[in-house]
Amino acid sequence: MTAPFDLTDDSVVVIIGTGAGGGVLANELAQKGVSVVSLEAGARHYPSDFINDEWDSFGQLAWLDPRTTSGDWRVAKDFSGLPAWIVKSVGGTTQHWAGASLRFQDHEWKTATTYGNVQGASLLDWPIDAVEMDPWYTKAEDKLQVTRTGDRPGLPGNNNYLVFEKGAKALGYEQVHTGRMAIASKDDSDRTMCQQTGFCFQGCKWGAKWSAGYHDIEEGEATGNLEVRSECHAARILHDDSGKVTGVEYFDNDGNLQMQKARIVCVAGNSFESPRILLNSASSMFPDGLANSSGQVGRNYMRHMTGSVYGVFDQPVKMWRGTTMAGIIQDESRHDPSRGFVGGYELETLSLGLPFMAAFLDPGAWGREFTTALDSYENMAGMWIVGEDMPQETNRVTLNHDVKDQWGLPVVNVHFDDHPNDIAMRNHAYQQGQAVYEAVGATRTFPTPPYPSTHNLGTNRMSELAQDGVVNKWGQTHDIENLFVSDGSQFTTGAAENPTLTIVALAIRQADHIAREMSAGNL
Amino acid sequence: MLSDTKGPKGLSRRDLLKRATAAGTTFVVGTGFMAASNAAWAVETVALKPETMATLVQMARDIYPHDTVGDEYYAVAVKGYDTAEAAEGIEAGVAALDAAAKGKGYDSYLSMGWERDRVDLLRAMEDSAFFQQIRGGLVTGLYNQKAVWPIFGYEGASFEFGGYIDRGFNDINWL
Repeated sequence: MTAPFDLTDDSVVVIIGTGAGGGVLANELAQKGVSVVSLEAGARHYPSDFINDEWDSFGQLAWLDPRTTSGDWRVAKDFSGLPAWIVKSVGGTTQHWAGASLRFQDHEWKTATTYGNVQGASLLDWPIDAVEMDPWYTKAEDKLQVTRTGDRPGLPGNNNYLVFEKGAKALGYEQVHTGRMAIASKDDSDRTMCQQTGFCFQGCKWGAKWSAGYHDIEEGEATGNLEVRSECHAARILHDDSGKVTGVEYFDNDGNLQMQKARIVCVAGNSFESPRILLNSASSMFPDGLANSSGQVGRNYMRHMTGSVYGVFDQPVKMWRGTTMAGIIQDESRHDPSRGFVGGYELETLSLGLPFMAAFLDPGAWGREFTTALDSYENMAGMWIVGEDMPQETNRVTLNHDVKDQWGLPVVNVHFDDHPNDIAMRNHAYQQGQAVYEAVGATRTFPTPPYPSTHNLGTNRMSELAQDGVVNKWGQTHDIENLFVSDGSQFTTGAAENPTLTIVALAIRQADHIAREMSAGNL
Repeated sequence: MLSDTKGPKGLSRRDLLKRATAAGTTFVVGTGFMAASNAAWAVETVALKPETMATLVQMARDIYPHDTVGDEYYAVAVKGYDTAEAAEGIEAGVAALDAAAKGKGYDSYLSMGWERDRVDLLRAMEDSAFFQQIRGGLVTGLYNQKAVWPIFGYEGASFEFGGYIDRGFNDINWL
C-alpha cells in the first residue's frame, strides 16, 4: 500500500525523520488525505528484529554517525563521540524509548513568568499553554494507549519498583505509582500486553510498547497517502528566489544524491540533525542557514538534568526483570525554590543489564571500588533522575567543518555546560534517591553520572516573537512559511517530564494546522 | 581460542605442567601457549609472546578484579590483541609495564605478589594510551561475555522464555 510519489511531484509534504514527531505527523497528515513523502536515514526494524542483548541492539539501532562534543558535561569526557543515545531506524527513538508519557505541569509552559530571572538562563514562556494543549494531550494519550489515562489500568510493579515504592513511602512521598506508560497493560487492546520481559530500551519484541515505527508509519502507509523512503539521508533543503522551500536533497539507499520536490517541508530529525540540516542548507540568500535570521538555530540545547541512583541490598532484587521504567515518584517535580533551585524533577525506576551497567555505572572507573559494585549486580535496584534543565544560549549545536560524515557533510558539535541550577537540582535528586534506597536498607548507593542524552531538546525553539526563537506556536519557522519543525527541537523549555508525549501531542496539533492551512490555500 | 584440558599438537596435560613456568595463577607453557595452573583451560598465542598474554591476563584482573570470575574469561577478554596488527603496541605497552615494575625493584609485573602493588603501578599509568586501550576494551571484552553473566546472576535475554510475567518479575520476598 505504499504510495509511490514522483521526485518531481511538488504537491507532497516532505517530512525528514519518522520518530515521535515526524512519524506521527506523517500518519496524521496521511489520515487527512495529504500526500506525504517521509525521508528516514535508518532502516526498517520490526519487533521480530529486535535483539534482547544490549550491545548487539545498540549496534542495530543506535545513531552512530560521527558527532563531536565540548563543554564541561561529563559526557564530553567519557563518550566524546557519542553525545546522544538515540536511534537511526524507521520510528526513530520511539523504538528505544522507555514509554514514560507525562504531561507538562501547567506552570512549565510559562517558566520565564514562573521562575523569574535566573542568571545565565535564557528562559522563555512557550507561546502555548496547558489549556491549549489539553485536547492534544488527550489525543496523544489515546494514540499511545498510555496507562493510567482514559480507562487504562497501570502496569503491575516489578521487583525494582517494589523496592523503590517501599523506600519512597518510607520517606513520605505520596505520588508514587507504576507510571503513565505507553505500554499495553491489558490484553483487550490491539497490542500484546506487556510480558515483563525487560529490554524496553532494545525495542519491544512483543510490540506492547508504542513505537511510531510499527504503529503510526504502518497506519499511514495503509492509507495510500504516505511513502516512507528508508535509508535515505536528507542533506539539504532547497529554496526558490522568493525564499520559500521547494524540495529536499537526500542520499538514497544506494548513496546517490536525489531531490524530492515539496510543497511543504517538515524537519523532524531530533535536536541535533534538525538544526544541522537547517545550517547545512545555507545559501547566498540565507548565509547563516535556513530559518536563522534570529541566530537561534542550534541554540538553547537542553538534555534534561539527569543522573541515576543505584542501591545495593543484602538480598537479591533482580531489577532487570520486568518493565524497565514502570515506576515513578512525582513529589519532587513541583516548582519549589526553597530546595535551592527552580523547577523540579521526577524519579523513575531504571535498570541496565550487566554489560551496560559496566559501561555506565561510573564510566572510566576501575579497581575494587568499582568491581565490588558489579559483584552485587543481582542485589541492585536502580532509578533515573529526569528534571528540567535551564536553557542557555551557549549550550549549542554547531557545524563542525573539520569532521565530515559518510556523505561528506559537516557533523554537529554539541556543546553543553551545566547551569548552576542543574547542578543544585542534581545534587538534591542524588540525596533523595539515595535516601529512598537507604530507607529500605541499602548497604551502598551510587550517585551515577548522566548517560549520553536521550532527551535532546531545544535548538529550534518555539517563540512568540521571531527574534527569540526559530518557530512560531505551530512549529512553523518564523522566516519561511512552508518550512516547519516537528520534533523536540522546537521545545522552548524542557519541563521535568519525559518529552515524547509532548512531541506527539504537538505533532498531532501541527498536522491539524497544516492540513487546515493547505485546504484554505494558505500553504 | 580456549581449548580444554588437552593442549594442542598432542601435548599431554602432564607435559604441559612440567614445562610450565609460574606466572601468577597462570603458566606460560613453551612457545605460543599458556595454560591455567590447574590445566583447566589453555590459550594459544599467535602474535604475542605467551608471557605478554599472561601479563595481560593479570593486568585485566587487576583492573576489573572479580574473585569469582576465572582467568579464562579474562584471557578471552584480551585475546583480541593477539593479532599481527595489535602485537607491536601491546608488546611495547607490556614492556613499559615491566620496566615500571623493575623500577620498583621487581623482576616483572607478574612477579609482583600483591595486588595493591600492581594496582599502584597501574594507577601511575592510568592516563596512558596503553592502559586506556586495555581498560576500555575490557568493558565489553569481559562484561559482554554471555558465559560471565551467570556468575553475576544476570539472566540475559528473556523473550524466548516468555518474559518474566510468569517467571518472577515481582517475586521479591524480603521487603
